Amino acid sequence: MIEFKAVNKTYDDGHQVLKNLNLKINEGEITVLIGPSGCGKTTTMKLINRLIAPSSGEINIHHENIAAIDPIKLRRKIGYVIQNIGLFPHMTIAQNIGVVPRLLKWDKERINARVDELLTLVGLDPHIYRNRYPSELSGGQQQRVGVVRALAANPDLILMDEPFSALDPISREQLQDELVRLQQEIKTSIVFVTHDMDEAIKIADTIVIMKDGEIVQSGAPEHILRHPANDFVKSFIGAKRMQALQMQMEPIVDDVMVENPATTYPSRGLAYAVKLMEKRKVDSLLVVDKNNKLLGSVSIYQVLDQYKDETKLVADVMKPIQYAVSSGTTLTAALNMMNEHQLSNVPVIKGKHEFVGLITKGSMVSYMTDLYAVDAVGGESHAVH
Amino acid sequence: MKLETNGVLALLQYMSENATTLLGLTLEHIIMVLLGLALALLVGVPLGVLSAKHERLASVILSAANILQVIPSLALLALLMMFLGLGFKTIVVGLFCYSLLPIIRNTYVGLKEIDPHINEAGKGLGMSNWQLLVKVQLPLSLPFLMAGFRIAAVIAIGVATLAPLIGGDGLGREIYAGLNMRNSLKIYAGAIPAALLAIIADVALGKLQSKLKNKHNKPQPEQKQLPLTEQDKAMTA
Ligand SMILES: Nc1ncnc2c1ncn2[C@@H]1O[C@H](COP(=O)(O)OP(=O)(O)OP(=O)(O)O)[C@@H](O)[C@H]1O
Ligand SMILES: [Mg+2]
Repeated sequence: MIEFKAVNKTYDDGHQVLKNLNLKINEGEITVLIGPSGCGKTTTMKLINRLIAPSSGEINIHHENIAAIDPIKLRRKIGYVIQNIGLFPHMTIAQNIGVVPRLLKWDKERINARVDELLTLVGLDPHIYRNRYPSELSGGQQQRVGVVRALAANPDLILMDEPFSALDPISREQLQDELVRLQQEIKTSIVFVTHDMDEAIKIADTIVIMKDGEIVQSGAPEHILRHPANDFVKSFIGAKRMQALQMQMEPIVDDVMVENPATTYPSRGLAYAVKLMEKRKVDSLLVVDKNNKLLGSVSIYQVLDQYKDETKLVADVMKPIQYAVSSGTTLTAALNMMNEHQLSNVPVIKGKHEFVGLITKGSMVSYMTDLYAVDAVGGESHAVH
Repeated sequence: MKLETNGVLALLQYMSENATTLLGLTLEHIIMVLLGLALALLVGVPLGVLSAKHERLASVILSAANILQVIPSLALLALLMMFLGLGFKTIVVGLFCYSLLPIIRNTYVGLKEIDPHINEAGKGLGMSNWQLLVKVQLPLSLPFLMAGFRIAAVIAIGVATLAPLIGGDGLGREIYAGLNMRNSLKIYAGAIPAALLAIIADVALGKLQSKLKNKHNKPQPEQKQLPLTEQDKAMTA
């Protein structure tokens, strides 16, 4: 619904804060902008409600360039929680929450009812807090009021700039849950800025990681955790979380494959092939060259078929490989392939043809035995498909 | 001791005998001051707002008001008299000129003192500039404006005693009459109410000011009164 097209922002002092930003923010999702201090998160957010104008590029909401929308009308439709709470000190809590409804000329009763509803929503008893002034609230309570003030007029887009930063961890978790629940209920689009990766992972549908005014990576939390684009993202995710994740991750073919299956060079004779098969107790061999490039495979049947001809080499009887999986493929994908094509094994390659290992039914059995042995000790369940 | 007691008694007697005249003069004094202040608010607040919104204008407006303020009061009144003639109108304009600076300056400072995040919140929530000014900025700068008003009031009450020199009335009439006739009773009868007026205005407006300030602040140690600047003091002298 929101689209940034080649947006640049250079402040008057010549400091380029956003560099060619291209970003799509999906409707009805929570999109979290995260990155180190000063990377341009707040700037990005303020571009959306036109508190800041881009130096170049355009921003569209529902395919409409916002530069053409009256900023005041635009802002009344967009809820905004500013980074520093920004409650009006001369207004009571009720008046603060009712600001936008009053601007929109709701009638008094409707505003009062809405105020009470919202206060209750964030665990502040309306009877106690309605008529207090912001200075009579704790920082955390003020922040809650700041959040619900943005929700007051049921906007279909809400911008939240570090809305929970002043809260203790418990209320913070509570409000995060509350936000996710609320968002699922009312299907608002939320753009949420945070410094806190845990918070991002918890609430985001899409995480946008920024650094020095550029987007480093964006995607679902799951995707970013599994496939961090670079070391910066990794460091941002944090080593601990990466490890924890690895534990829960779906196994990939590299975990399961036999790393030194029986291989032969194409220049070998058929007698050698038979001997090798006998020794390794296998019914086929993979054919590789000296650079470990996978050339094909030979089965015991092909060898025996031509065995009488002493001039024949492995190269003459081998068949090209039809199916292989890349290193890093999930085990599920490999299994599906084997089922679909009735394969008893499938080689794993790296890059274009470098042979690294072989998935066989036997290798899977032994992998799973290992896994369950670990389980019995660790008591944790691992997802195996 | 006895003489002093006699003096006070004589003064009280004089004042009660001439109560109607004195009350009339006091009332006139108050009216002049209020008119001058009202004009100053009417003109000063918008100029203060303008200054706060446009830094370039601010230096022009504030220096102009400053110049007005540093002209000695008698000289200013004399100058005004040349243009406006003698009378009530002239003294009101004079009082207006003297009240202008504290009001412009305090409106300006009050608006500048507002936490920029508050302004941003107002804008971000969709207030127009006018709504932001009326609903947020002016209410928040009210304690400052009140302080300016208080200074202006005290100055104006003082300057208004010069009114008779340019054909006005007020408590100054009694003082000048006393001076001319070398009648100290008359001088006291004019000067004491004028001083009381200034003190009452100062205290009452001071109370109002701290009430405004504390309305939305946590109870906190008594706010220090904004001290009069050297210049303000010189003016009231
Ligand atoms: N009005 C301004 N004029 C000049 N530079 C600015 C202005 N506002 C922000 N900047 C600069 O732009 C950069 C990005 O600021 P921004 O507020 O977007 O960062 P942020 O990612 O929100 O940081 P934080 O996490 O600390 O809130 C910073 O280097 C900041 O100093
Ligand atoms: Mg920020």
